[in-house]
Amino acid sequence: MKKVYLIPLIFFILLAILLKIGLHLNPRDIPSPFIGKPAPAFDLPRLYQKDQRITSADMKGKVWVLNVFASWCVSCRAEHVVLSRFIRTHKVPTIGLNYKDYGTEEYGEDVLSWLSQLGNPYTFVAVDKEGRTGIDWGVYGVPESFVVDKKGIIRYKFTGPVTQQSVEDILVPLILKLREESAS
Amino acid sequence: MIPEVGHFALILALAVAIIQAIFPLLGVQLAKPQWIALAKPTAHVQFMLLAIAFTCLVYAFVSDDFSVKLAASHSNTQMPTIYKVSAVWGNHEGSLLLWAFVLSAWGMLVSIFSRSIPAVMLARVISVMGFVGIGFLLFMIMTSNPFERLAFPPAEGRTLNPLLQDPGLAIHPPMLYMGYVGFSVAFAFAIAAMLGSKLDAAWARWARPWTNVAWVFLTGGITLGSWWAYYELGWGGWWFWDPVENASLLPWLVGTALIHSLAVTEKRAAFKSWTVLLAIFAFSLSLLGTFLVRSGVLTSVHSFAADPKRGLFVLMFLGVVIGASLTLYAARAPKLQSTGRFELVSREVGLLVNNIALITITATVLLGTLYPLIIDALGMGKISVGPPYFNSITIPLATVLFTMMGVGLFLRWKNDSPERLIKILRIPAIMALVVAVVLPLLILPEFKWRAVLGLLLASWIAFTALLWFSGQGRSPFKKPLATWGATLAHLGMAVTITGITLTSMYSVENDVRLVANKAGYVVGDYEFKFINIENHTGKNYKAIRATVDVFQNGQPLTTLHPEKRDYGPGTMPMTEAGIDGGFTRDLFVALGEPLGDNAWSFRIYHKPFVRWIWLGGILMALGGLLAAFDGRYRRTRKIFLKDKAKRVAA
Repeated sequence: MKKVYLIPLIFFILLAILLKIGLHLNPRDIPSPFIGKPAPAFDLPRLYQKDQRITSADMKGKVWVLNVFASWCVSCRAEHVVLSRFIRTHKVPTIGLNYKDYGTEEYGEDVLSWLSQLGNPYTFVAVDKEGRTGIDWGVYGVPESFVVDKKGIIRYKFTGPVTQQSVEDILVPLILKLREESAS
Repeated sequence: MIPEVGHFALILALAVAIIQAIFPLLGVQLAKPQWIALAKPTAHVQFMLLAIAFTCLVYAFVSDDFSVKLAASHSNTQMPTIYKVSAVWGNHEGSLLLWAFVLSAWGMLVSIFSRSIPAVMLARVISVMGFVGIGFLLFMIMTSNPFERLAFPPAEGRTLNPLLQDPGLAIHPPMLYMGYVGFSVAFAFAIAAMLGSKLDAAWARWARPWTNVAWVFLTGGITLGSWWAYYELGWGGWWFWDPVENASLLPWLVGTALIHSLAVTEKRAAFKSWTVLLAIFAFSLSLLGTFLVRSGVLTSVHSFAADPKRGLFVLMFLGVVIGASLTLYAARAPKLQSTGRFELVSREVGLLVNNIALITITATVLLGTLYPLIIDALGMGKISVGPPYFNSITIPLATVLFTMMGVGLFLRWKNDSPERLIKILRIPAIMALVVAVVLPLLILPEFKWRAVLGLLLASWIAFTALLWFSGQGRSPFKKPLATWGATLAHLGMAVTITGITLTSMYSVENDVRLVANKAGYVVGDYEFKFINIENHTGKNYKAIRATVDVFQNGQPLTTLHPEKRDYGPGTMPMTEAGIDGGFTRDLFVALGEPLGDNAWSFRIYHKPFVRWIWLGGILMALGGLLAAFDGRYRRTRKIFLKDKAKRVAA
């Protein structure tokens, strides 16, 4: 038996092992080394007021959410309605981190239409066109959502699209609990 | 009662599949003609049983039998009948049943249109399809019974995802499945040929029409899916490189390579082991697509609920089917001697380049689709791969492929001279260059090099295809259907490339604020005037609907009604765009948010030539269909029958 004809089989076995491992991973469940640590500082231009900036200091003393999104991200559309309803119902100050969006030269084109079409639920939209802040926050993929408490500590990280169930089971109880805590 | 009949038919189908898989194959091995003869009847009975099961499930949905769990969770009394029917395959269990049903239909068709095929070969083919059938039926019966009953049936079922309540989506999955499962026929032929150690040109000739038909369905299904995403999702896009979309593109790419490679194997007895491998790949990728969609290892907007138990089953099934066939391949392929000799400049090499380009594209798309999983499995974190990767990788590879598409048609088998080729190809090359440079200058708003490249490739493919067609000598209606088919398919590709190029480069998309009955918004020659907004009730939804009048050069052109629809509690509001379609452009208006004082935000697109993307898909499918019905395949049957008659007489 010539060895060259075994190559497809070997490739397939490797792929099957990979898929087997993949089966036991939950694509949405990622432990973050950032949980319990202070949220990384950032200072980014705002989408609608390009001359103004939004910084982590602006959010001090609030329980807030950072949602990483991009107009090219299909899953972001999937979570958009759920996320918007959550932000509106519970009046959660939320920063939309627009991560490495299309057309970095004339950035904002696609994301502007994306937001006007689907609705803009965010308190502020911060433009991270190079993805530097994304790296600081340890963003693996888009979408991701971080819950930050009044002291500026990351308390929870959600990878992948937020579902209605996880809003009810995780996010709402957590937000209510964190609001009880003191800011000092 | 009816659901139990369906369930019972399903179990019987499994029993028949086991007979179908084992007896004909053993019969060949042990030379027992009675066992071999079981192939045809079992294939027929298998089809009938699955038809009964499928009809029972459709009946449960249409008659609102909510004691069937599947109907209760995916259908309700408010839905129009057609969507009750399409809801049958809008979920995991139902779509599996459709898979198995389609597989049995292919099996029956093969057994009917098989007069030219020796009984031994047919027995092996049917048996391989029986093995695949066992896998799917076991999967259904063990982990996903579509006929499961509820002890306390609800009075009303749940609402079907409104995205799925659409005529396009009612026929899109069955078409895709016809394509996916259709590759099982080419696969079965390849395996049967390997089992019999008879990898000559004959198996390629038998497998060709079947592969073409499967490819036609897949092409149609992908085209329809892209069209559905365009007008229903309201995003104005037509391809998103979503894992589920990629899952349908991968077998299509390999299938395209297979169609071309089969031609070489049949006519020149070359690439024998390569063609077998492609047949295995095409079907394996169809199965892999099923795994990716069903198991939830990748996140996608299209996938159904994930269940690791089901994923494990599909993976084991994949392991058995693909692992066994690749092992067989490793054992048999070394014995294959490709007899046809050929030189560097020859049609064989042209088709080889085409194959390599297609396979490289397949590999990169597969890598991009699985990359998040690979990184994750290695414990290196989670990432998502977006359109920038796919676009930057596939476009250069496709450029090579498209260039070869023109050259390949004129290449001669075995040996060809570059001088002769250059002499022939000079004319279409110059014509294509002229079109690609002049057209943008004359009619397009802006000169862009990338548009020139796209148009150059498209017109190159179109001109070479037409030149080749006219150079075939005979009058158009005496040409073989295969010639018609190849020309049409190549022209279809040219049309699709034109559509993609012009839409990507020249689309205007703008978000505007319009006030009712005030000045409109102008794009080129078109003006959009917002007239009013009103409530509207449809059959299965409530909507707010805007009226937008469109004027062209001041003349009224059409009235569009973009909507926002609410399909009831627990569903997302849907955007239903107002589209005025045209041969050279689409006008597309989507309703945004209220901005107060009679003002609303609108998203307005002017998409030039977007319809050409799907028009090309239709042409390609049509071309594949014509080629599948070429007289040559019927003639071989006659010759064979004559041979047989002679032998009998002797």
